[in-house]
Amino acid sequence: MNKISIWIGQGLLYAAFAAVIGIFSQWPSYQHLAPERALVKLSFSHQGELLGECVEQSLEELAKLPPNMRAPKRCPRERSPVSVEIDIDGVLAHQQVAQPSGLSSDGASAVYQRLEVAAGAHRIGVRLKDNARSEGFDYTLEQDVTLAPAEILVIDFDSAHKRITLQ
Amino acid sequence: MSALSQAWSRAERRLDRWFPAGTNPLVNLGAIACLLFAILLLSGIYLFVVFDTSVSGAWNSIDTLSRQQPVPGGWLRSLHRYAADAFALVTLLHLVREWVLGRYTRFRRVTWLTGVPLLLFMYVSGIGGFWLNWDRLGQYSAIASAELFDALPLLTGSMARNFLGVDSVSDRFFSLLIFVHLGVPLLLLFGLWFHLQRITRPAVWPTRALSVGMLAMLGLLAALWPVMSQAPADLATVPSAVPLDWILLHLHPLAELLSPAIVWALIGGVLLLLLALPLRREQALPVAVVDADNCNGCRRCVADCPYAAITLEAHPNGKPGRQIAVVAAERCASCGICAGSCPSATPFRSARELVTGIDMPQQPIGALREQLELALAGAGQGRVVVFGCDHGADLRQIDDQRVAQFSLLCIGLLPPSFVEYALRNGASGVVVVGCAQGGCAFRLGERWTAERLAGTREPQLRASVPRERLRMIFAGPGQEWRVAVAVEELRGVRAT
Ligand code: HEM
Ligand code: SF4
Ligand code: SF4
Repeated sequence: MNKISIWIGQGLLYAAFAAVIGIFSQWPSYQHLAPERALVKLSFSHQGELLGECVEQSLEELAKLPPNMRAPKRCPRERSPVSVEIDIDGVLAHQQVAQPSGLSSDGASAVYQRLEVAAGAHRIGVRLKDNARSEGFDYTLEQDVTLAPAEILVIDFDSAHKRITLQ
Repeated sequence: MSALSQAWSRAERRLDRWFPAGTNPLVNLGAIACLLFAILLLSGIYLFVVFDTSVSGAWNSIDTLSRQQPVPGGWLRSLHRYAADAFALVTLLHLVREWVLGRYTRFRRVTWLTGVPLLLFMYVSGIGGFWLNWDRLGQYSAIASAELFDALPLLTGSMARNFLGVDSVSDRFFSLLIFVHLGVPLLLLFGLWFHLQRITRPAVWPTRALSVGMLAMLGLLAALWPVMSQAPADLATVPSAVPLDWILLHLHPLAELLSPAIVWALIGGVLLLLLALPLRREQALPVAVVDADNCNGCRRCVADCPYAAITLEAHPNGKPGRQIAVVAAERCASCGICAGSCPSATPFRSARELVTGIDMPQQPIGALREQLELALAGAGQGRVVVFGCDHGADLRQIDDQRVAQFSLLCIGLLPPSFVEYALRNGASGVVVVGCAQGGCAFRLGERWTAERLAGTREPQLRASVPRERLRMIFAGPGQEWRVAVAVEELRGVRAT
């Protein structure tokens, strides 16, 4: 092999490697969401209501307990699961029951769900139940929204003010 | 050798034509990966100095760098990105090469196993880098990564919830993202140290020509095709079309196409496969054997063993200060390079039975001397002697009565004095064949032999040996013709 063909050969190989890097580090463009589509993100982290009421302990019951555990009330820590339903334009789009986290089921229930919709006007209905002992849903919200292409609508639950929010 | 590994070797030898004298990139993938990692660390330090670590300032600091300081700022930024892409490709190729050539069992097991986590660290560092720009691509990758993580039943709560904020991510969470891109590369550096523990003189820098070539290639690419930020991240909208870095970010579209759970199953499956591969039970190879009476503790085998398998300990003869070589069986590659380095391995010794300080049970130096004497006896006078190895050109293909060929475990097993011994015993010339320059099937064997023959490494071929009757060449499988050419050349020298 003479020097010139070595130079040409090496040049070709380096150029090919550079081309692979240069091209595939940005091409082809990835269509993550189709044009004219928008996204609804349902996401909350909410602690359901306590499953049971606190019970007053009778004197006999207290007497059976070791002295350091003699609290006048016994409160179960377990939380209700949180159920949620989403309607989009009157059609059920998502339904989920989120179990409480934590080993003794005393933590928050977390939900994260993406729902793709066409851009434009929609009627969003949200129903949420966080108390296993109540009848029906504890919180509901119906709202008209207009979504631009690629816009994200976040459905959350504001635990402090106890209400469903759309942003 | 399987058909696949043979095909790979042939392709490598073919590439030698363009990259001569040990500069073949396919033979130096580990070293190239180290060079790229060094480029990443150095350019990364510069980028980190100008980087604004707050969510609100991050995008601006990098975008401004590219726009207002194309040199060196923007150029270094582009270099950093392209070096990361190259690092991923080269590391993957390094793995594929070792796999195809079957280099993952026995004495290479630990090196292979410590390589696997490096692959993981490389991916995580690479993906994490895109987040820091905090442009549309970074936003896409960060959210997709969080959604991927949420599919693991490890964490309570949802990582992706951190990206809901219509205003912005919290600075605290952003610091976590930055930490990934600083901490994991450090883990990689640390892991690399483990990876190279069982390798003597690891080639962590490519040859000068290769380093210059790689740097020039990346530097030109970064100058001609600078990397620019996308629009700043905006959590109120989806980055619907992104110019994706497919080399580093392919997991995101894959998770969308299949599902996060399937992607995790794939990642887990690949990692398990890679970790299980070297656990296959293999028949043990013979281990180098030290003979106490013939070892004077000179340390040459320690210096030449490519897998750090030999250490020196106190000599059993009890003489103060005397040492003896001790071989760690699980590290020994059965290459015999140590036998070629031992000063006791000279055929000129008068002992009827030649016993050397360190020797390979399956191919003892004493037996080699006997076979050589036999081949040159009587009608064998005037033959050309060819010393080759089991991994290079196939010497059985030489069908010539006037040639005596010896296929060794590795060409590094050949004590250089055998060349002189062959010539003194009537050989008309000697051809020494290495399997590939810079690409010994073990490591370093061909290099040590070339240096010993050139007289720059102990044990040296004596200066008085007529060099015109010796050829050192390189010929891999399929390049047997090179051996034939060298034999003919020697005959020509003899005739004139
Ligand atoms: C960050 C990525 C990596 C770097 C920088 C790297 C670097 C290196 C270097 C410098 C060597 C020594 C080469 C020599 O002097 O002969 C080496 C050897 C080796 N590497 Fe890696 N490596 C990486 C990842 C991997 C991976 C992912 C694997 C496979 C799972 C792997 C498997 C091996 C093996 C089996 C050897 C031994 C080769 C031999 O004994 O001949 N490496 N690596
Ligand atoms: S045979 Fe090779 S690996 Fe084993 S001790 Fe000798 S030089 Fe080292
Ligand atoms: S090269 Fe030979 S003499 Fe020297 S330490 Fe090794 S075995 Fe002993």
